[in-house]
Amino acid sequence: MRLVILDDYNLASEWAAKYIRNRIIQFKPSANNFFTLGLPTGSTPYGCYQKLIEYYRCGELSFKFVKTFNMDEYVGLPRAHPESYHSYMWNNFFKYIDIDPANAHILDGNAEDLEAECKSYERKIAEAGGIHLFVGGIGPDGHIAFNEPGSSLVSRTRVKTLAKDTIVANARFFGNDLSKVPTMALTVGVGTVMDAKEVMIVITGAHKAFALYKAIEEGVNHMWTVSAFQQHPHTIFVCDEDATLELRVKTVKYFKGLMHVHNKLVDPVLSVKDK
Amino acid sequence: MPSNKSVSEAPITQLLNCRILRDHRLQNEDLWVREGKILDPEKLFFDEQAYADNQVDCGGAIVAPGFIDVQINGGYGVDFSQASDDVSAGISLVAQKLLEHGVTSFCPTLVTSPPHIYHKVLPQIKVQDGGPHGAGVLGVHLEGPFISAKKKGAHPERFLRTFSGPDTVMADLMDVYGGLDNVALVTLAPELEGSRWAVSELCQRGVTVSLGHSVANLSQAEEAVRHGASFITHLFNAMLPFHHRDPGIVGLLTSEHIPAGRSVYYGMIADGIHTNPAALRIAHRAHPKGLVLVTDAIAAMGLGPGRHKLGQQDVQICGLHVYVAGTQTLSGSIATMDMCVRHFKHATGCRVEEALEAASLHPAQLLGISQSKGTLDFGSHADFVLLDDELNVKATFISGQEVWRKTTQEQQ
Repeated sequence: MRLVILDDYNLASEWAAKYIRNRIIQFKPSANNFFTLGLPTGSTPYGCYQKLIEYYRCGELSFKFVKTFNMDEYVGLPRAHPESYHSYMWNNFFKYIDIDPANAHILDGNAEDLEAECKSYERKIAEAGGIHLFVGGIGPDGHIAFNEPGSSLVSRTRVKTLAKDTIVANARFFGNDLSKVPTMALTVGVGTVMDAKEVMIVITGAHKAFALYKAIEEGVNHMWTVSAFQQHPHTIFVCDEDATLELRVKTVKYFKGLMHVHNKLVDPVLSVKDK
Repeated sequence: MPSNKSVSEAPITQLLNCRILRDHRLQNEDLWVREGKILDPEKLFFDEQAYADNQVDCGGAIVAPGFIDVQINGGYGVDFSQASDDVSAGISLVAQKLLEHGVTSFCPTLVTSPPHIYHKVLPQIKVQDGGPHGAGVLGVHLEGPFISAKKKGAHPERFLRTFSGPDTVMADLMDVYGGLDNVALVTLAPELEGSRWAVSELCQRGVTVSLGHSVANLSQAEEAVRHGASFITHLFNAMLPFHHRDPGIVGLLTSEHIPAGRSVYYGMIADGIHTNPAALRIAHRAHPKGLVLVTDAIAAMGLGPGRHKLGQQDVQICGLHVYVAGTQTLSGSIATMDMCVRHFKHATGCRVEEALEAASLHPAQLLGISQSKGTLDFGSHADFVLLDDELNVKATFISGQEVWRKTTQEQQ
């Protein structure tokens, strides 16, 4: 894996956004050849989305030939609810960019048949040619998407009941009322994300530090599902200083020493104007 | 980008680079319009997978709901209370000109008149939608004749009326007005014998009842409100002044006896002449959500400075003052609605949102039409104005169509 360590949240968000931008532009997407991006929600990727919107606004990046697949969505929450992941993606990203709405895929937590919805999602990913770059985050309990501790590391898109930790972590978005937080979600599986050509996990903040430690310095373990990516050929973890607080000094020094190599991935930063 | 038309073939317009008034705040959001209504772009994105056909750059302008004037007697030489064989021509002329002031809907107002005038004029004024031809007519405002002789103002005393008795109020109303079709608002004095029945009857028929030109005390006013009255015609003017032991009609602003779930609104002419700015501030601070800006404009509005003949009278226009020619007697208001909005904001120091809502949301709430007018909520009629930071009108839209735009040659 690559472990890219930036000083703070803003720099980490910017690095991640530049990486996504370069990957899209290098791919030279067109009407016959879309770039597929897997996307997360939550407070961690917010800064990254802001930067991507900025790049679009400056005319440096276009999402016209990009297809997106979000990781998850709550079950039973009305789509227009301000805390649904549809609302999050619309208000924090889709509203501001030039993506074709038909190419923005999010699981439907209000589908009649949830299992059929999950299978259909897997099929859509396959039809799109698989995911080129799956961007994700990590929960305080080390989960990727809603693959809670104990999830199979070869799981596919399915319905999951949320762990207590996750419900508590989400309560702040529901007026700190635990009874209002959804208890089930549709989520891509660990296996689904592992199928992507490349995976980028963004982790910021001291409260995620222990999960990052478990994910990269301990073994592959279904109780910390992000650890599965130790077995993916192309994984990047992008984090800030605070997220490294539980790692060994040796690990941090090693990867910090590699920053000049990592930075070649984002410098020079490419632009659609370059043609 | 062309839209993927799965629900409607109609073109979708996106107004960008603007600050829209929504949920009582100016927000940096785009305004989306289709088929004359404000569209929810999130639903459009996810349900229809569609996007805009046309994008309009608003250059950073403020976008506010179109202004609604519920008290206007005429303008540009037209007097709505004149007996005319072609009342609609006069209404159309004024309606067209009002677009320049950001007004997208209005209530042509008739002052106290003899029955034959009402019988001749009222049938010629119809509720109608606005458009490129002019602002929409929401219904007529009948100011009088059931008002107090002691507070008649400029209304002709010989045509004032009272109710014959509690059982005959409907007959009296029909006898005078000839009918209540296309009537949105009636101003009456609640201390008149039998007026409480008139208030009930009118409210039951969907007419908004306003208190004005009256010497009522607070109890009489509160009783009228209990029976359904919900507006005060030009607060402070043509009513008893506020007194600390009997606040009169003015006391409705802070009365404890307003039935639950209901609100009393009050019209204010914020032209800097008819109400002292200190009085405007007192009213606003006492009951900010009830303030409705009205022009109460007379036929002289819109005519340039100098001497003009209006009906039988000569008037002299000097700035925003209109005098009976050769005297210092004020003859009515000629401030336009956008001038009133600017003056109101300046005099009260209120937020931009409050000034704009006083001319849009509050009148719409008063008339019970805020589901479709007076806001930029999804599903509302797309009647709106583009304003600069000083609240000058740059362009006016009705049902999503641009119906007026300021050109550089225009003055003011």
